[in-house]
Amino acid sequence: MSTRVGGRRLTPYLLVGPGVAWLGVFFLVPLWNLFVMSLSTKRSRYDFDPAFRWDWSNYGDVFGTYGTQLGRSFLFAGVATLACLVIGYPMAYWVAVHGGRFRAALIGLVIVPFFTSFLLRTISWTVLLADDGVIVRASRASGVLALLRAFGWINGDRLLDTPVAVVGGLTYNFLPFMVLPLYVSLEKIDIRLLDACGDLYASGWSAFRRVVLPLSLPGVFAGSLLTFIPATGDFVNAYFLGGTSSRMIGNVVQDRFLVQLDQPGAAAISFLLMLVITAAVLVYARVLGTEEMTS
Amino acid sequence: MTGSWGRRLVGCAAIGGFVLLFAPIAVIVVFSFNDPVGRYNLVWQRFTLDNWLHPFERDELTSAVLFSLRIAAGASVVAGVLGTLVALALVRHRFRGGSLVDLLLVLPLTTPEIVMGSSLALLFLDLGVERGPLTILLAHSMFCLSFVALTVKARLRGLDWTLEDAAMDLGASPWRTFRTVTFPMVVPGVVAAMLLSFSLSMDDVIITFFVSGEGDSTFPKYVYGSFQRELAPQVHVLSTAMLVGSLGLLALSVVWQRRRSTVRPGRA
Repeated sequence: MSTRVGGRRLTPYLLVGPGVAWLGVFFLVPLWNLFVMSLSTKRSRYDFDPAFRWDWSNYGDVFGTYGTQLGRSFLFAGVATLACLVIGYPMAYWVAVHGGRFRAALIGLVIVPFFTSFLLRTISWTVLLADDGVIVRASRASGVLALLRAFGWINGDRLLDTPVAVVGGLTYNFLPFMVLPLYVSLEKIDIRLLDACGDLYASGWSAFRRVVLPLSLPGVFAGSLLTFIPATGDFVNAYFLGGTSSRMIGNVVQDRFLVQLDQPGAAAISFLLMLVITAAVLVYARVLGTEEMTS
Repeated sequence: MTGSWGRRLVGCAAIGGFVLLFAPIAVIVVFSFNDPVGRYNLVWQRFTLDNWLHPFERDELTSAVLFSLRIAAGASVVAGVLGTLVALALVRHRFRGGSLVDLLLVLPLTTPEIVMGSSLALLFLDLGVERGPLTILLAHSMFCLSFVALTVKARLRGLDWTLEDAAMDLGASPWRTFRTVTFPMVVPGVVAAMLLSFSLSMDDVIITFFVSGEGDSTFPKYVYGSFQRELAPQVHVLSTAMLVGSLGLLALSVVWQRRRSTVRPGRA
């Protein structure tokens, strides 16, 4: 890197300034507004300037009224993240290790879905999961439906409007966010390490467990966050694929804020959601021991 | 190496994953050729080219797409410029607060959209700014900025910056160095990041819900509403067309990058 003369010390700040100001005004300041609003009270439905009065009752209401939806959101997002990991890991591994010349093109395929509407893709799942469709008929014949019923995840003889469909939709929609970071970490692994494992008589499985998996943990960490966080706040999948019994916290916030016009209540839920997610991320980082890998 | 059985298993699982990823896209493409009965294009009837011959039949849909294209263009330009400047500062300079800036860039990615959307709506409410095209543009440019800054930063890290010094040593003026060395090195990464921003903005629904006015119909908002109104096959046609269009653009940019990479920057 070239040496910089004294007069240029301002340069980085000039470069960074506009972008930081942008994020400050449109990201940080709104979060503060959200916090203030979550402690305010509205005098009436059409009171557009709620009074701030350290009104913690909004938070109490969240747990009382929407505890179920909050818990469900974390459960759905957690299962979807796990499913993304199980489906995404082989994809990323296969492309990174066996992709050869076509690696870049193959991993590029993962982002192709981004070029079609996220909503329309989700709506398309209603076609794929239709009651007389191939997937439902196959799962009925193979006993998968009966199994899901036994676990209590579905009630009737269909997949649409069930938690299974919502978790499936979340898994599908956030899969690329899991595959890409996994690929980035797997791609960096020197393939000769695997040869070395073989030379030292390690079985394929133990080579994977002792060498590949630990080296790919940063990818697992980043991928899980990029999947879990948006999945928790999502309301689109629950809207299109779930019934009334699989509403998530995102549906609640949307309804509270935009339909009921209960901004303080919605703000309390949003703020709480963010706090819980932040706590979950910190715990997860501690468990994986990858605190320095957040950036 | 994994044994041949394990290897085959991983291969099958990977192919399964890719099939899953593309199944709904196949549905979209196939249903763009459907001749639906009733208001919803969700059950296959029979093949027709009609929808493709009249892609702009639904005025509301067409104007929603045009509106989204304009917003996406604006947002990706704003995010492209601001994000690239931030990335340049972070890669080319060491300065106090740099790691804080890094953190600030990551935060929007680790915040649920529902939180950003509702908080932005409150900001605009507090400021008395009426929600409309401008607020949508501002919100989109905010989350795109993070993506641009992070992806461009990753690209810039891999570039060989000594080329700049070499140009200067050979007597090039700072401006000429920028024009002939720095700019061409930086541009492919910026273009890629802006394309990503464009598609992120084009596709955003959750934040848009909170920061748009009643009458502002973006493409995703239209599709969301169509589930209660009417899901015309034209939605599938335009989506397919946009997919083909962006894949075409992507292919073009790859070819363009290959061609101009006569000065191959080394990898870090």
